Amino acid sequence: MWTYERRLQFPVKISTPNPKMAQLIISQFGGPDGELAASMRYLSQRYSMPYKEITGLLTDIGTEELAHMEIISAIVYQLTKNLTAEDLKTSGFDAYYIDHTTGLWPQAAGGIPFNSCFFQSKGDALTDLTEDLAAEQKARTTYDNILRLVTDPEIVEPIRFLREREVIHFQRFGEALVRVQEHMDAKNFYAMNPELDKIMS
Amino acid sequence: MTEGKCEAMKKLQEVSFALDEVRLFLDTHPFDKEALAYYENFRSEREKALSEYETAYGPIEQYRVKENTMWYWVHCPWPWEGAM
Repeated sequence: MWTYERRLQFPVKISTPNPKMAQLIISQFGGPDGELAASMRYLSQRYSMPYKEITGLLTDIGTEELAHMEIISAIVYQLTKNLTAEDLKTSGFDAYYIDHTTGLWPQAAGGIPFNSCFFQSKGDALTDLTEDLAAEQKARTTYDNILRLVTDPEIVEPIRFLREREVIHFQRFGEALVRVQEHMDAKNFYAMNPELDKIMS
Repeated sequence: MTEGKCEAMKKLQEVSFALDEVRLFLDTHPFDKEALAYYENFRSEREKALSEYETAYGPIEQYRVKENTMWYWVHCPWPWEGAM
């Protein structure tokens, strides 16, 4: 089970609403490389993972991603507070507003709804960890893309924190992949699937 | 948010983050003595920071909400409101 801790992992305090930025940053909530997909990816992959330390890593990173989803949601929420009809018409936030007012709904920057096809849970340790490494880099690229457009330091700070976490997670998943390879046939890592075939350790 | 509350939250966020970071490292380096000592140090730091915050400003953890004259859990600001 999970328990809720009533605090953000990193503070978010944005004084100036900016619905255009909200429209872009929401991608890291429900977009293809967003935090919701990240969390669901790791928390789904962990059940069949045959190595205890990597099951632990997937659980702990998957849990941290939920906290990141909350940080992104807090940013979007604060960026869309106290909007006037004029703000809505001129900011590019109007299409989102029609369907969701200022409620939080997981979608990509381009309006594509969240979809579990954004991530994989393949039941093969090598495949899943390779996906996880790519996923962390894709999320890092998305944060870099956001950082090129944001100037408000109150938005930049939490986005930079989240970007750093992608780099750390990439490092940890890299170590996890090496741990799995240590259990495999060194002449052919892909001779078997450690989640399905007998583990030769 | 008062300065004291702000400082107490900042302290709690800092020591908790140290644990978030070293937890992932320990998952893939479970016998690393230096990391284990680092973890233990920040675990007790967090206990202290959590108790200090909760005593002065209200509940953080669901299981630690104390009986009172009212249900404080819903009467403190939520974290995404920008007050903490």
